Formats: sequence, structure tokens, C-alpha cells
Amino acid sequence: MLIACHECDLLQREVLLPRGGAARCGRCGAVLYRSHPESLERTLGLTAGAILLFAIANAFPIVGLALQGQVIQTTLWHTVRTLWDEDMKSVSALVFTTTIVMPALQLFAFAYLLLPLRLGRKPRHFAPVFRMLQAVRPWGMVEVFMLGVLVSLVKLAHLAGVVAGVALWSFAALMLVMAAISAVFDPRALWAKASAIR
Amino acid sequence: MSRAPTAASLGLYSCHACGQLSRAVPGAHGVRCPRCGAGLHFRKPNSISRTWALLIAAMILYIPANVLPMMKTSSLFGSQSDTIMSGVVYFWTSGSWYLALIIFFASIMVPMLKMLALVVLLVSARRRSRWQQSQRTRLYRLVEFVGRWSMLDVYVVAVIVALVQLKALATIQPGPGAVAFGGVVVLTMFAAMAFDPRLIWDPLEGAERY
Repeated sequence: MLIACHECDLLQREVLLPRGGAARCGRCGAVLYRSHPESLERTLGLTAGAILLFAIANAFPIVGLALQGQVIQTTLWHTVRTLWDEDMKSVSALVFTTTIVMPALQLFAFAYLLLPLRLGRKPRHFAPVFRMLQAVRPWGMVEVFMLGVLVSLVKLAHLAGVVAGVALWSFAALMLVMAAISAVFDPRALWAKASAIR
Repeated sequence: MSRAPTAASLGLYSCHACGQLSRAVPGAHGVRCPRCGAGLHFRKPNSISRTWALLIAAMILYIPANVLPMMKTSSLFGSQSDTIMSGVVYFWTSGSWYLALIIFFASIMVPMLKMLALVVLLVSARRRSRWQQSQRTRLYRLVEFVGRWSMLDVYVVAVIVALVQLKALATIQPGPGAVAFGGVVVLTMFAAMAFDPRLIWDPLEGAERY
């Protein structure tokens, strides 16, 4: 089988990789593909965990400020709403898109594609959902948001006591699980499985 | 120099979404990938002009992003505006030098170096330069990887504004700098996506263009 490097277009022959190995382009050094044992099963499992964490991260307060016996807390959605009400609609939309919509779409697409495949069926609209997944992936920025929360906590620590909320921990965990999904997911395995079913 | 067999030189499309190779039919328009249905091109269409357009827009926005305040704090004791740089200085002088460094890198250095890198990539690709092709590809990879981290400051503003709403004592409002800064991040990300790294290697193919 031939494969073209996505970064320099060089045609190369596919080789079998040892477990955990990676094939690099002979000219520009881009990673062409990796060996992903049980890629789809692992991605599906991680996706299930990520959906749970994502739900918790959105439902509970991320951080709170304790001031004069009062605790002010904020959830992710409240952050988006406040920006909107402060007439920062574009920033609000940007935060909403990159921390809620895109990760949600990504997790939905993984579940939609992988769960039926696991059960031996190919879901309808397989190809468009796959393309949406590929388009959405660069725009989910959970890990950057996490760092942003930490920086703002340090910034506010001199004003008031800072209380970490449940969602802060689930965000941290979500960040790790999303990174694991990116490392484990192999689109080639997805297409191989899909065409085997058809 | 030996001619390397690229997919395009053999008339093969390589799908940007799923990686499938497919043979081009001469004269066909709007070709789609037989496997996943994504639009197929030998190279991203008008890659260089589109990247320039997005990049120049980002460069223009970079000025208000740095000059205009990201946040406005008003309290009983007066009001204060914070730009990105004054935030860095604040952390530096208050002893959190590691945070000062993180913000300085994520918000000032990364966008600037990213725009510079894109200029280098665009000019050299346009001139069909054969200079340091591996290093330039690496530079492109770095630009793609690092771009998202500039969103950091937008998130910091968002979280602080949401938390500090003690109307009586102090309020923190987002400033117009935050809008401009968010624009810079999004535009540079789109610019990096519009650039086609395969253009770096095409000069090896001789005179043909795709």
C-alpha cells in the first residue's frame, strides 16, 4: 500500500510497525502513522470517561472566591453568560465555542462513530461525521482553558480566598483524557474497520 | 537533484481528512474523496494568498491587542486599566516570576514569533526556495502546535471577570483589547491552517505548479 506524506506529499510504501512504533516520512520527518494496538477500543473507552468528566466539568462550579463570609462561584456557563452581559459578545462566543461546543462535538463524534462499529454496525452519515471530527479537533482548547483558570486563581489570590470547585478537578482530568484520546485514536484503524463491515 | 515521487506528480490526490489516495481524472471539477467525501485538491487552493490575507489581518489586530486594555478594574479607590504587558509586569514585580514568564511567552512572544515564522514560510515558499526545507517544515509544525496556547489570556480575562462581580466594592470589566487579542489568535490559527506545507517541497519537482 502506498501512502502520501501529509506534510511534503512524498509517496512511500507502508510498512508493518512493531508494537508502539511510529513511521516517519523519509524526507521531512513527519509522523505518517503509529502502531496503535486496540486503538478504537481504547478511544471508545476514553471517550466514555471524557463524556462523564465533561458533564461534571460543566455542571459544577470551577472556582470560587471567599470574601467577607460570602463565596462567589462560577461555572463555565456562568463565565460565558457574564461576558455576554458585559457586552463582550465576541469573546463570550469564543470561550463558548472553544471550551464547550468544540469539545462536545468532538466527544459526540467519537461516540457516534465508534460505538456502532464496536457493535458491528456502520452508523449512517459515517463519512460526514468523520470529516466534522477532523475539522473540529484543533478548536477544542480544554487544556489551555485549564491553564487560564490556574493563572487567574493566582491573580485573584491576593484579593480573596480562592476555593477550588469540583469542576476544576474534572477539568484537569478531562484535559488528560482528551490528550490520551488524541494519542490513541488512529483514523486509519477507523476506516479499516468501517470498510471491513461494509 | 533526484525527482522524488510525490502523490501530485503522479496525478494522485491525497485526502486531507482521511489520507486516502485517489487517481485524478483530467479536467474534472469539484473532485471528492471516494472514501470520506472531503473536497480534494493537489494543494490547498490559493494557499499563499489566503495565508497572507489572514496573516496581515492578524498583524493589524495585534496592535490594538497590545495597546488597548484587556481588563478595566474600578473600585472605590479609582479605576485602572490593564494591558497584557502591564499584567506581565504586575506578576514580575509581585514575585510570581514564573507566571510572568508563562504569560509573556503565551501572549506576547508566541503570537509575534508565529507571525514572523509564517512570513518566513510564505516568502520562501513563494520564491520556491530550496533552503533548509526540513527545518522549515519543522517550523511549520511548531507554528501549528503552539498557536492555541495564546488563548490563555482570553480565558484569564473571562474567568476573572466572571468571579469579580462585587458590584459595591469593585468590578472588573473586560476591555476592547480582549476582543482584538482573541481575533489575533483565531486569525493566526486560520492562517496556519491555510498554509500548505507541501509547497515547501514542491521546488524539488521542477517547474510544475499545482
